[in-house]
Amino acid sequence: MHKFNLSFSQLLPSLTLLALLPIWETAVYIFEIPNFLLPAPSEIMQAFLNVEWSRWSTHLWATLRVAILGFLMSLCISIPLAVIMVRSKFLAKTIYPLLVIIQSTPVVAIAPLLIVMFGAGESPRLAITCLITFFPLVVSATTGMMSTPEELIELSKSLGASPAKEIWHIRLPYAVPHIFSGMKVAITLSIIGAVVAEFVAAEQGLGYFVQFSTSYFKIPQAFAALLFLSVLSLLLFKAVQLVQYLFFRWSLQK
Amino acid sequence: MNPHVKFSQVGHTYTSENGQAVCALKGINFNIYKNEFIAVLGPSGCGKSTLLRLLSGLYEATMGEVSIFGTKVTEPQSNTGIVFQKPTLLPWKNILQNVVFPIQHKQGRVSSKDIESAKAMLKLVGLEEFAQHMPNQLSGGMQQRVGIARALLMDPEILIMDEPFSALDALTREEMGFELLNIWRQKPKTVLFITHSISEAVLLADRVLVLSPRPASVIGEIKIDLPRPRNIDSIKTSEFSEYTDQIRQLIYRPETQTENQESDLTPTLAEQSEGSTNA
Ligand SMILES: Nc1ncnc2c1ncn2[C@@H]1O[C@H](COP(=O)(O)OP(=O)(O)O)[C@@H](O)[C@H]1O
Ligand SMILES: [Mg+2]
Repeated sequence: MHKFNLSFSQLLPSLTLLALLPIWETAVYIFEIPNFLLPAPSEIMQAFLNVEWSRWSTHLWATLRVAILGFLMSLCISIPLAVIMVRSKFLAKTIYPLLVIIQSTPVVAIAPLLIVMFGAGESPRLAITCLITFFPLVVSATTGMMSTPEELIELSKSLGASPAKEIWHIRLPYAVPHIFSGMKVAITLSIIGAVVAEFVAAEQGLGYFVQFSTSYFKIPQAFAALLFLSVLSLLLFKAVQLVQYLFFRWSLQK
Repeated sequence: MNPHVKFSQVGHTYTSENGQAVCALKGINFNIYKNEFIAVLGPSGCGKSTLLRLLSGLYEATMGEVSIFGTKVTEPQSNTGIVFQKPTLLPWKNILQNVVFPIQHKQGRVSSKDIESAKAMLKLVGLEEFAQHMPNQLSGGMQQRVGIARALLMDPEILIMDEPFSALDALTREEMGFELLNIWRQKPKTVLFITHSISEAVLLADRVLVLSPRPASVIGEIKIDLPRPRNIDSIKTSEFSEYTDQIRQLIYRPETQTENQESDLTPTLAEQSEGSTNA
C-alpha cells in the first residue's frame, strides 16, 4: 500500500538541494561570477526579502489562478472528449488527427494570436493553459477507458446495460489510474501555460515578474520569482497526488 | 424431455473492420438438458468463447440457431451467469460490492435484500469473512470464487464458465473443481463449462463435447458415467483414466474416432491400447 507520510528517502531530494547551497555560494565568490550570470543564494534571498510580501502574493495568486482554472477547464473538456472518442470509432478517427495537429503546433507561437482573438484579460491566458494541458489528459483518459478488460464489457452487455452505464460504471473508473498519470503531467504543464501567457501579455503574475525583473537587470529578483514558480509547480503536483490518495486510494495499488 | 439449450447447425463468422472474415464455428449441433453439466473441450483459439458469446446473446449466430427452451436467442440473456477466465473484479469496489455489481449495474440501485443475497452467495463460496476486503487482497483462487458468486447472484438458470480455472495453479485448480461440484449440488444449474484440460472435463461433467481446431465443430461427445458425488478418489479409478484416454484419442486421431463414435461410445480395450501407443 502506498504511504503518504514523509520518509528519509522522500526527504533526500530536498537534502541534496540544501547541501548544494553552500557549494553554490562559495563557487560564486571564489570564481567571481557576475550576478547577471548566476547570483549567489544569499543575493537571491536578499532580493526575495526586498520585495514586499503583498507584491509577491499578487503575482503568485495571478499565476496560480490561471494555472488551476486552466487545468480544471481542460479536465472538463478532455474527459467528455475522451468519452466521445471511446464511444464512436468514427469520431475518434475524425478528432484524433486534429488533436495531434493542435498538440504539435507550438503553443508559444499561437499565444500572441490567441491574445489578439480573446483580447486582454484572463481569458486568453486560460485558453493557452487549456491548450497546453489538454493533450495528456485526453490521451490518458482514452487509453484508460480502452484498456478496460473485454470481459467486463461483455458482462455489462450481457446484463443489457446502456452504453452510458458501461462508461459510467466500468470504463471511467477503470481509467482513473491513467487519468491521474495524465493529470500529474498536465498540472505541471499548466504552470508553463500560465507563464507563457504572461510572457505574451500580462501586467501581473510570476512569469510577468520574471520578465519585468530581467528587463531591469534585477537578476537575483528574477531568480527568486523562478524559485517561486518551481515550488508552485511542485506543490500543485503534490496536490494532485493528495487528491488521488484521499479519494481514489485503490488506484494507487500496484 | 425438451433440451434446455439447443445448438442447431450453428456457425459463426466474425467480420473484422478491414473486412476480413474469420470463421470460428461450423455446423455445431448439441443439446444440453436441464441441470446437466456439459464440458466443452477444445484447443485454444478454436472458437470456445464464441460459443459463450452466442449462448449469452452477445452476438447472434451468423448461421443456424441457438435456443433456450425452444426460444431463439437474439439478445443478451439475463438468465445466464458468466464466469470468465480472469476474475475481472472491479478494483475500486470491495468484495461484497463486486458480487452485487450485476444488480447495481442493471437496475441502478441495490436493495438490502440484494445485499443479503450477495452475502449468501459469498457464504456459498466460503468467503463470507472477506466481504469488506478489496480484490487485490485476495489470492487468484479466491478472486475466482468471487467471480462465481457474482455469476450466481441473480440465480441464473444457465451458468457459463469460460476456462475459469486455467489461470490458477494446479493444486488450487483441482480444489476449485471439487468446490464447483459442491456448489452445483447445492444449486443445480445447467452448466456449460469451457476448458482445455481433459482431466478437468472428465472430473466435472456429465458429458464432454470435444471440438476440432478452428473452425470448431463437434468431433465427439462422451458421456461420463462416473458416480457422483465425485472426489479425489474418482480421479484414481480406472474408469477415469479410460475416459481421459478415450478423449485423448479423439483429439489426436479425429477421423478414425468419429467412426467409432457412431458405432460405440466406449472403445474396447484393444482399441484403447492401440490408440495410446499411437498418440
Ligand atoms: N471479435 C472478433 N473479431 C474477429 N475475430 C475474432 C473475434 N473474436 C474471436 N475471433 C477469432 O475467432 C477465433 C475463435 O475465438 P474464440 O472463440 O475466442 O476462441 P477460444 O475461446 O477457443 O480460444 C479466433 O481465431 C479469434 O481470433
Ligand atoms: Mg477463449
